[in-house]
Amino acid sequence: MLEIDAIEVFYGDFQVLWGISLSIQQGEIVALIGSNGAGKSTLLKAVTGLLKPASGTIRFKGISLDKEPPHRIVALGVCMVPEGGRLFPEMSVIENLEIGAFIPQVRKFKDETLKWIYEIFPILKKRTKQIAGTLSGGERQMLALGRSLMSQPTLLLLDEVSLGIAPMMVKSIYETVKQINQSKQLTICIVEQNVQMALKTAQRGYVIETGRIVKHDKANLLLGSKQVKEAYLGLGSMQGDA
Amino acid sequence: MPFEIMVQSLIYGIFVGSLYGLIAVGLSLVFGVMNYLNVAHGTLLMIGSYVSYWLFSVYGIDPFITIPLVMASLFLLGSLLYIGFFSSLAKFHSEVRIKNSLLVSFGLMLVLDNVAILLWSADERTITTSYSGMVFDFLDLRFPYVRLLGLCLASMTILALHLLLTKTYFGKAIRAASQDWEAASLMGIKVSRTYLVSFAISSALAGMSGALFCLSYAVTPVIGEAWSIKALIVVILAGLGRIGGVFFAGLLLGLVESVSVFFVGASYQEVVGLVIFVLVLMFRPQGLFTR
Repeated sequence: MLEIDAIEVFYGDFQVLWGISLSIQQGEIVALIGSNGAGKSTLLKAVTGLLKPASGTIRFKGISLDKEPPHRIVALGVCMVPEGGRLFPEMSVIENLEIGAFIPQVRKFKDETLKWIYEIFPILKKRTKQIAGTLSGGERQMLALGRSLMSQPTLLLLDEVSLGIAPMMVKSIYETVKQINQSKQLTICIVEQNVQMALKTAQRGYVIETGRIVKHDKANLLLGSKQVKEAYLGLGSMQGDA
Repeated sequence: MPFEIMVQSLIYGIFVGSLYGLIAVGLSLVFGVMNYLNVAHGTLLMIGSYVSYWLFSVYGIDPFITIPLVMASLFLLGSLLYIGFFSSLAKFHSEVRIKNSLLVSFGLMLVLDNVAILLWSADERTITTSYSGMVFDFLDLRFPYVRLLGLCLASMTILALHLLLTKTYFGKAIRAASQDWEAASLMGIKVSRTYLVSFAISSALAGMSGALFCLSYAVTPVIGEAWSIKALIVVILAGLGRIGGVFFAGLLLGLVESVSVFFVGASYQEVVGLVIFVLVLMFRPQGLFTR
């Protein structure tokens, strides 16, 4: 569904991604893991069109995204929940959700999608008129997720959803993500620093280090691998087999 | 009777204030949405005044009838100015946008003012219609019809803008882009288009202010600067980038100016606004109408 082929991405003169290639198939959940500054979020920015690769190509359902601006990529069915939620803080919950359904082809189905979102996140229904900036951290993340789902994406990108919210909330959000994946066959790509949570949710994972993919495998195998345990789960010394 | 004079000048304060509000709303819209400080905004009012004046004096069209025409032509002019001079600033972050737009629009103001002098000379122009001097008398108070109609139209326009921004999908997209343009583009909003349309709407509002202005005042090519400053004062009073309270801040400035005539005299009337401007920036920089 998504094919990334040898992309190189720069911030000005500073190269962040070095020849990254990966692919995501219809209906699966894929996790991109790696430490802070490894280039995970940069990769998502390249997919959504906020950054353009200097070389390499990104294809979604066979369509090249290289020259497409962000708003066109959303219309093709790729939607991202940006890091920190990035809600419209002075607009109400319902207005944020409405903006999620901005693209004309999904606006027609706005009411049905909204009903579905309220079923997944009942708390949002209670907060309909509340200004988004006054929501709690977890509610904000739910609204950010709901807003992106309003665009009826076929590929959903999640950028650091667990950041700054309570562990219980993280768990419930990822459970919801998994349910949506199963019930709607929605393809999801997770970028997380919470490696354990990401790999438990995903079926496959890629490990990114300093802008390169150093490992990729099934999620449960990655979770069991020595390299991942040592580098990201802080379990290296506990193995005792070094 | 000093009391009646007082009330009379308060009434005039409201009339003038509605014009302040109308001109400032456009400036606030552009600042709020794209972080551009357009000091040529008053110049657009001047151009609107001349469009109205020429339509009246050459074709004899009633100045109230021409308002939609003036707004349409300023909408077009605003679009062209945006594409030509301001669209390239959109790639910068907000602080650079403010500085660069200030420079660009200041240059634009100088050029447009001088083009206006070349084209139309520095002579004062006024519109005198058959009903220009007519007043509505009520309890010995004078309400010129032109001003009353102007007040109604200005209020209705502001209301229409409010409804556009809060009730329509496109208006919500404008507000979303103003709060976080990157997130807005991730939701499928073509941010460059919301910028263009906001700038054009702002110009159209300046044009309408111009059309109302020339019904009561003499038009010259250099009125733009003074109106840009007035608009800026009102925008600061309401709180930078806050469109909500701008119209009321305009009315407030109009009222304060008219009352101040009693205390400091007409010659210092203009200073009052600037003093308020400085005081608000010193003690309440977030504006009077923000929490």
